[in-house]
Amino acid sequence: MSEQTLKRVDLIFGEYSNEKYKILADTMKRSNEDILKDLLDSGLRGRGGAGFPTAMKWKFTADTISDEKFVICNADEGEPGTFKDREILLRVPRKVFSGMAICGKVIGASKGYMYLRGEYRFMLPELMKELDIYHEHAKNLGLNFPIEIRLGSGAYICGEESALFESMEGGRGEPRNKPPYPTTSGFMKKPTVINNVETFVNVLMIMRLGPNQYKKLGTTDSRGSKVFSVSGDTPIPGIYELELGMPLDRFVDEFGDGDTKAVQVGGASGFCVPRKKFKDTVIGFEGVPTGGSMMIFNSSRSMYNVLHNYLKFFEEESCGQCTPCRVGCQQLRKGIVAVKKGEKKAVYLDQLMKLSESMKITAKCGLGQSVANSFSSIVNNFKEEMIY
Amino acid sequence: MNECQELVRELADKYGRNRTSLLPILQGVIEKNNYLSDTCMTDIAKELDLSAAQVFGTATFYSFLDTVPRGKYIIRVCQTITCDMHGKKMIIQTLEDMLKIKVGETTPDKKFTLLETNCLGWCHEGPAMLINEQPFSGLTTEKVHDIISEYINK
Amino acid sequence: MAKKINLTIDGINVTVDEGKTILEAARDLNIHIPTLCYHEDLCVAGNCRVCVVEQEKVKSLPAACAMPVSEGMVIHTNSMKVRMARKHIVELLLSEHNADCTKCYKNGNCELQGLASQMLTGDHLFLDLVPDKQYTIDMFNSAIIKDDSRCIRCQRCVRTCEELQSVSALGVAYKGDKMKISTFFENSMLEVVCTNCGQCVNRCPTGALIERNYIDQVWDAIYDPTKHVVVQTAPAVRIALGEALGMAPGNIVTGRMVAALKRLGFDSVLDTDFTADLTIIEEGHELLTRLKKALVDKDPNVALPMATSCSPGWIKFIEHTFPELLPNLSTCKSPQQMFGALVKTYFAQKRKIDPKNIVSVSIMPCTAKKFEANRPEMRSSGYKDVDFVLTTRELGIMIKQAGLEFEALPEEKFDSIMGSSTGAAVIFGSTGGVMEAALRTAYEIVTGREVPFDGLNITPVRGTEGEVREAAIKIEKVKPEWSFLEGVELKCVVANGLAHAKTVMQNVRDGKANYHFIEIMACPGGCLGGGGQPIPTNKDIRSKRKMAIYEEDMGMPIRKSHENPEVVAIYKDFLEKPLGHKSHELLHTQYTPRKRY
Repeated sequence: MSEQTLKRVDLIFGEYSNEKYKILADTMKRSNEDILKDLLDSGLRGRGGAGFPTAMKWKFTADTISDEKFVICNADEGEPGTFKDREILLRVPRKVFSGMAICGKVIGASKGYMYLRGEYRFMLPELMKELDIYHEHAKNLGLNFPIEIRLGSGAYICGEESALFESMEGGRGEPRNKPPYPTTSGFMKKPTVINNVETFVNVLMIMRLGPNQYKKLGTTDSRGSKVFSVSGDTPIPGIYELELGMPLDRFVDEFGDGDTKAVQVGGASGFCVPRKKFKDTVIGFEGVPTGGSMMIFNSSRSMYNVLHNYLKFFEEESCGQCTPCRVGCQQLRKGIVAVKKGEKKAVYLDQLMKLSESMKITAKCGLGQSVANSFSSIVNNFKEEMIY
Repeated sequence: MNECQELVRELADKYGRNRTSLLPILQGVIEKNNYLSDTCMTDIAKELDLSAAQVFGTATFYSFLDTVPRGKYIIRVCQTITCDMHGKKMIIQTLEDMLKIKVGETTPDKKFTLLETNCLGWCHEGPAMLINEQPFSGLTTEKVHDIISEYINK
Repeated sequence: MAKKINLTIDGINVTVDEGKTILEAARDLNIHIPTLCYHEDLCVAGNCRVCVVEQEKVKSLPAACAMPVSEGMVIHTNSMKVRMARKHIVELLLSEHNADCTKCYKNGNCELQGLASQMLTGDHLFLDLVPDKQYTIDMFNSAIIKDDSRCIRCQRCVRTCEELQSVSALGVAYKGDKMKISTFFENSMLEVVCTNCGQCVNRCPTGALIERNYIDQVWDAIYDPTKHVVVQTAPAVRIALGEALGMAPGNIVTGRMVAALKRLGFDSVLDTDFTADLTIIEEGHELLTRLKKALVDKDPNVALPMATSCSPGWIKFIEHTFPELLPNLSTCKSPQQMFGALVKTYFAQKRKIDPKNIVSVSIMPCTAKKFEANRPEMRSSGYKDVDFVLTTRELGIMIKQAGLEFEALPEEKFDSIMGSSTGAAVIFGSTGGVMEAALRTAYEIVTGREVPFDGLNITPVRGTEGEVREAAIKIEKVKPEWSFLEGVELKCVVANGLAHAKTVMQNVRDGKANYHFIEIMACPGGCLGGGGQPIPTNKDIRSKRKMAIYEEDMGMPIRKSHENPEVVAIYKDFLEKPLGHKSHELLHTQYTPRKRY
């Protein structure tokens, strides 16, 4: 059963060509329809966490008529437990730039931007050098698609696409109402494709391998590989490229320290899976999706502390504009403190659980909507730790 | 023309005078001055034809754009879960002892500011910290001693 | 024609234009979805989330104010999910809010309070977060108080200040649990570019932004037997006061207002309209003098176009934003301040009252007038010319405090002297009104004939909200002494709302406009939409007020300022002539360049 095993892959970081920007050069000769068809056939879904089909996103944007369009690479990796984009940008930046340039060709964009989180500023000199090399090759290819790097300045919410546009436009990173979606109104209100760093690399690899070979990786719902950031109580923390669709118990067997009691899949905004559910949990869009963050906790850890840490994170990193997220995060954190201290009875947790459900369905953007994921999965599975 | 005005003008020449250049200009000032003073923010507002409150609003949104004076070296220790699990508290304690300041404070010689920050993306090598833009991970008490000693002598 | 969209709301099928929101579609069906951050004068924010509704086949609840309708949409506005979510949201807002309603100025006129009472939030589901917040109250300003402990962060004020007024004195600062509405560097409103226009106050759903009220000080003066308390009432108060007392918008309540003021115990109930007419005489002559200097004397230093100076929000705006254009402002004080200066001189002499015993109160549709009255230069009588400025809203409160049944009051007349009015003065309350009043007089001064418009209604200069109105009036067959104006096309422009004022003045500054005369009012629609007017405000309410103003004008026996008998008399008895020595001393002023940043 190939879908049930944990398979290492070397797609993202592997070197596929000795010639610089060869795949880009080859792809530039293809028609946009061909490229889009391959992308669609590949089943590629966005690697930032939300998992929107990449081909659809590109097609919608390509179909929108506009004097100007943009491609943006979202390198504002801020989800706790995630550090794969940094590794990708350090090791294979050319694949990223190539993927962006292909997107620029397909949608007819005049310019590309990479929004790099401020915490990764130290990478800038190296990336600028790489960018010069890209521009040189682009020139040789007759490709007019300049790429510029913009830096963030320490705001998790700017990873949310519309907040990222606001930030690039010089504003506060406050998410916008949707619709309109970026495909029609993104950066500078122009049609924009915004994809995660890893997504662009996947695009390039699909161009290299063809959709059929790419599709052999992963499962029906989760095609391809995924770069995982593994941290916490593990003897071997780091970056691993694995096939999607793996069962969590196999993952724990390989990465756990033998005493794993829970795995937080997808970062602070993801889900906490307790030991008893490892066996039935599949990592992928058909099960628990993740942008790559896998945080492992062993039995020495207080899940109350873990939850408190997450909630503190959200309380500070909420943009603050919408009520459910701004006030809800404060209430959830202070609420679990009050229960722990005995200032509120244990049943108050039920009240907080209802509140988190309201936040999930009423918050303006993904941040506020996803706070309930970790809250409910930790409180439900580790209730005693919350109270005593 | 004060020093900040000159710097802001240079940055505006480089990045442009649209609102879209606001973040790069704020970052440019931070790089040079470590923080955004009120006069500096009004200079930026003037240069970009924005209101001062708008510049202030954008600046205060970002945790790396400080609007209070900071030291030459800003130390930001990651407080997010895996760094916390792997000894962040001890790292803070070590830094507080060495620098004789608490979190949020700046040394009297204006050389160091000690802050906590959210996930730096070094979860696999926690605890981690930034000194200005330079990351340090896998921190231990000894390692912090060595790093800070080096900075003290810089 | 817009594409039509079919959807279902609470089981009712409805067809609306594409692009409409769920909220608008529901309102068409008389289904009221509660809102807080939504305000029809402003762009949609979608941040409070109170207006969430349930959409079938969609997991999350869209915000009705921000979600456009789509074909086949099935919406429930009152499902169990919606009720629970809304209650949670209001409870969350309350947990961050200083809900000590009985100590709040907006008690009884607070949108949050209204929602809380609808949703029966008595049980306080969540922890009280207020004790941990370090909320500040900015009480340094004489016009507006900003109380962060009452703020629900809906950003209506921020949008108002930016979109309508292009001032952006208020912004959003910080993020997460620290996010707040803030001025630059959290300075006092007094120290920033705030114009005190009060449009934010008009749109604040809670008590976070309120006028500084002087009700108790005025009562104290009324109760003091040694004081003669004079009250003046601005033109736009009489068409809006009724709203503060339960009447529908658009009611003219001049006579009842006068009756109420007398019953409250004011010793003399007078009319700002009198000095509005006086303003026209002074300002009209000032304009003609400037034109003469420019056209005849070829004086290169004469500042044209000349801009009106009645609106103190506009004055502070130009002082901050275009200090280089201050010479273009008419030197005329606003009618309020002309009145104040005359009350403690002319009126005191005539009525033989020691000016030191006069307390001068004004009722204004405006919060900026409070700041204006406190300007150091506004003491030309030797005393503070206007002691206390109350808004229309504050007068409404006093009438309620006194237990007067406002609608049942008889109609009474202003006292004399300084109590007579004309239609020209009344229309000062609407955008374009000062221009029209000035033209009615200036044209007649110059030609000896009435303005060539049917019924004196110079409709081309009657401004409209949200637009800059330009007009040209050709001057022909002038009197000999005005021969230099023969054939001149007087180019006028009228703007309301500071965003539009900014556009006009940028054009002037950049030499892109060759106007002669500019009328600016800081507030949308002019004073009738002023920052001191009854809350709520919206386009519909303002248009009703505007109709009432022009109705009042049409009903006045005298409709030209220079025919106001008391104006004629004051020149004869006291001022001698327009722009004369006394006028300069009492009725004109100078301006202060202020920092834009």
